[in-house]
Amino acid sequence: MNVSPLQQRAPVDAAAPIPRVPRVKINRLTKRYERRGVLRSIDLELYDGERVVLLGANGAGKTTLLRILATLSRPTSGSVTIAGHLTHKDAQAVRAQVGVVAHQPYLYDDLTAAENLRFFARMYDVADERSRIDEVLFLVGLIARRDDRVRTFSRGMQQRLAIGRAILHRPALLLFDEPDSGLDREGARVLERILGYHRSGGGTTLMTTHDLRFGLTVGDRVLLLENGKLVLDAPSHTLEENALDERLARR
Amino acid sequence: MKGKRGDWVSNLGLVLGVLTGITLAVGLYLGLVYAPMDAIQGNAQRIFYIHVPMAWVAFLAFFVVFVAGVMYLWKRDLIWDQVARSSAEIGLVFTTLVLITGSFWGRPIWGTWWTWDARLTTTLLLWFIFLGYFMLRAYAGERSRAATFSAVIGIIGFFDVPIIYLSVDWWRTLHPQAVISVTGASMPGQMVVALMVCLLGFTLLYGYLMVQKLGIERAKDQLIDYQYALSEREAEGVIAV
Amino acid sequence: MRDGLGKVSILVWKDLLTEVRTKDLFGGMFIFAVLTIITFNFAFDLSGANRAASGAGAMWVAFNFAGFLGLGRSIALERDRGSLDGLLLCPVDRGTIFMGKFIGNLLFISLVEVISVPIFGALFNLNVFQPALFLVLLLGTVGFAAIGTLLAVMAASTRSREVMLPVLMFPILLPVVIASVRATTLILTDQTRDLAPWLNLLGAYDVLFLAISYLVFERVVEE
Repeated sequence: MNVSPLQQRAPVDAAAPIPRVPRVKINRLTKRYERRGVLRSIDLELYDGERVVLLGANGAGKTTLLRILATLSRPTSGSVTIAGHLTHKDAQAVRAQVGVVAHQPYLYDDLTAAENLRFFARMYDVADERSRIDEVLFLVGLIARRDDRVRTFSRGMQQRLAIGRAILHRPALLLFDEPDSGLDREGARVLERILGYHRSGGGTTLMTTHDLRFGLTVGDRVLLLENGKLVLDAPSHTLEENALDERLARR
Repeated sequence: MKGKRGDWVSNLGLVLGVLTGITLAVGLYLGLVYAPMDAIQGNAQRIFYIHVPMAWVAFLAFFVVFVAGVMYLWKRDLIWDQVARSSAEIGLVFTTLVLITGSFWGRPIWGTWWTWDARLTTTLLLWFIFLGYFMLRAYAGERSRAATFSAVIGIIGFFDVPIIYLSVDWWRTLHPQAVISVTGASMPGQMVVALMVCLLGFTLLYGYLMVQKLGIERAKDQLIDYQYALSEREAEGVIAV
Repeated sequence: MRDGLGKVSILVWKDLLTEVRTKDLFGGMFIFAVLTIITFNFAFDLSGANRAASGAGAMWVAFNFAGFLGLGRSIALERDRGSLDGLLLCPVDRGTIFMGKFIGNLLFISLVEVISVPIFGALFNLNVFQPALFLVLLLGTVGFAAIGTLLAVMAASTRSREVMLPVLMFPILLPVVIASVRATTLILTDQTRDLAPWLNLLGAYDVLFLAISYLVFERVVEE
C-alpha cells in the first residue's frame, strides 16, 4: 500500500503554529514631542494578508503611528521594520513597499488623473507605467475621467484617485487614515474591491477609523490605542461592538 | 544637579571668572592708562582696546555656533544645540556692543556715526544673521526643529560672512569711495601689549559667559525632560490594563 | 542618486505643467517686478547719466522682491495642500526633491526676469540685449533660488512665514545682490574689463550654497 508523502512526514503538532515572518515588526516604539509622549513603547507585529483596524480616541496616537510607518516621522526610540527593512536605515526601500491614503489626497489639482498617476509612477519607478496607470484607473472606476483635471473631481472621486495612487506601485503594506470618511458610495465599493485584491496578493493593510461597525466589518484584527499604548489586540470576531464603544467613550 | 559633574563645572566657572577679572583689569589699565595716546585720534582711540577684542569674541562665538550646528546635525544630540544657542546669544550681545562702540569711536574720528565700509557692514550683517537665528528658533515650534533650523542658519551664515566681507570690500575698492583707515600704519609696542592682554581677557570672558549660559540652557532642557517624565508617570497611573 | 536625473525632470515637469495651466505664480511675480521698477523711477532719478547704476540696482531689487513672493507662495501651496508629504512618501532622495524644487523655482524666476528685462531696457533707455547681462542674470538667480528654496521650506513650517523668509534671506543674499548689481552696471556702461571678479564671486557663491542646500535639505524636511 502506498503511503502518501504527507503521511510519511513526522507527525505535526497541530497546536504549534508555523512561525511566520511578520511583514511589519514594531519594537518598543516611542514617540515624544518635547514635553509629552504620544506613543509609549509599542510592540506590534503585522502579517501578510491581515486587515488590521486601529481604533482610538482623538489624540491617542493613531495618526502618529501611521506617519511613522509611512516614514514621514522618525521614532524617538525603538524600531520599525517593514518588509525586512528598518525604517531608519533603509527608508527608501521601505517607501517603495508602502502605500498611504490619508485625509489629504496628495494630488495635484491642475494635473489630470492620468498625469497625476504618471508623476507618481515615475517617482516610484513603476516599470509598466502606461498599462499600470490605466489598470489602476479602471480599478478605482475613474477610467472615464482619466484626462480630466483633478480640480474638477468631487471629494469622493479625489479620494478614489488617492487610493489609486497608493496602490500604483503594488506595495506590500497599505496604510489608510480614516478611509471611510470622504468616500462616496462608489468609493466604498472601490475600497472593498481594492482591499480584497490587496489581501489576496498577500498584502497587509492597516487602517484607522472612528466608525466601529465599519472597523469590525472590514478588519479581521482590531487594535485599540489609548494614550499612546496598545491596550487591546484581538480578532474582530471575538469583539462586540457595544463593549468596544463603551471602552472608547471611557477615556 | 550637584554631583561630580556639577562640581567640575562650577569650579571651572569660578576659575574662569577669577582669571577673567584679573586679565581684564590688567588689560583695561594697560589700554586706558598705560598705552600712549594716539597721535592722530587722541584719547578716543582707546575704545579700540575694547572694540577690537569684542569683535574678535563676536566672530569666535559665531564660529562656535557653526561647529556646534554641524555637530548637532550630525549627532542629533541636544548638548550641541545647547552650546550653539548659548554661543549665539553671547555672540549677538557682543556684536551689538561692537556696533555701538564702533559708532562711538567713529563719530569723533570720522565725523559720522556710520559708514558702509567692509568691516562695519559685515558686522552689521552678522548681527542680522544672529537675529534671524533667534527669530527662527522662536517661531519654529518644537525644540528639535528649532535646533535643526538654527543649525542650518549657523552653517550657512558662517560660510556667508567671509563672502559678505569680500563683496563689500570689492564694492568699495573697485568703485572709489572716501577712504577711511581704521587703524594706523604700525602700532608702538605698548599698544600691542595692551591689545593682546585685552584680547586674552575678552576671550576668557567669553569662556566664562559660555560656562554660565550653557548651565542655564542645559537646565532649561532638563526641565522639559522632567515635565515629559512627569507626564509619562501620569499616563501610567491613568491606564488600567 | 540612481536615476536621479529622471526624477528631477519629472518633478520639474509637474511644477511647470501646473504653472502653465494656472499662471498662479508667474502673473503675480511679473506684475510685482514691473511695478517695483516703475516705482523706482519716481523714487530715484533714473533718466540721467547715472541711470545705468541706479537702474541696475532697481532692477535687482525688483527681481529679489518678486522672487520672495514667488518662493513664498510656491512653498506655501505645497505645504498647505500637504503635497510635500506626498513627495516625501516616495522612494526618492531628499536631495533629488530639493533639486526638483530648485530648478522649478529657478525657471520661474528666470522667466520673469527674461520678460521684464526688455521692458526695463525700454523704460530707461538702456541697452540690455547683451549676452553678458543674461549670464549675470543666470548666476545671480541660481544663488537666489538655491538659498531661497531651502529657506522657503524652513520658513513655511514656522508661524510667521511671510516675514521669516525675507528676514532670513536678506543678509545671506547680500553678496549676490552686490555682485549682480555691480556686474550689471559694468555691462550697461560698457566696462566689461572689470567683470571677472564679480562673475567669479557669483560662481563660487552658487556652487557653495547649492551644495550646502542640497546636503542639508534632508534634515530640514525631517520630522
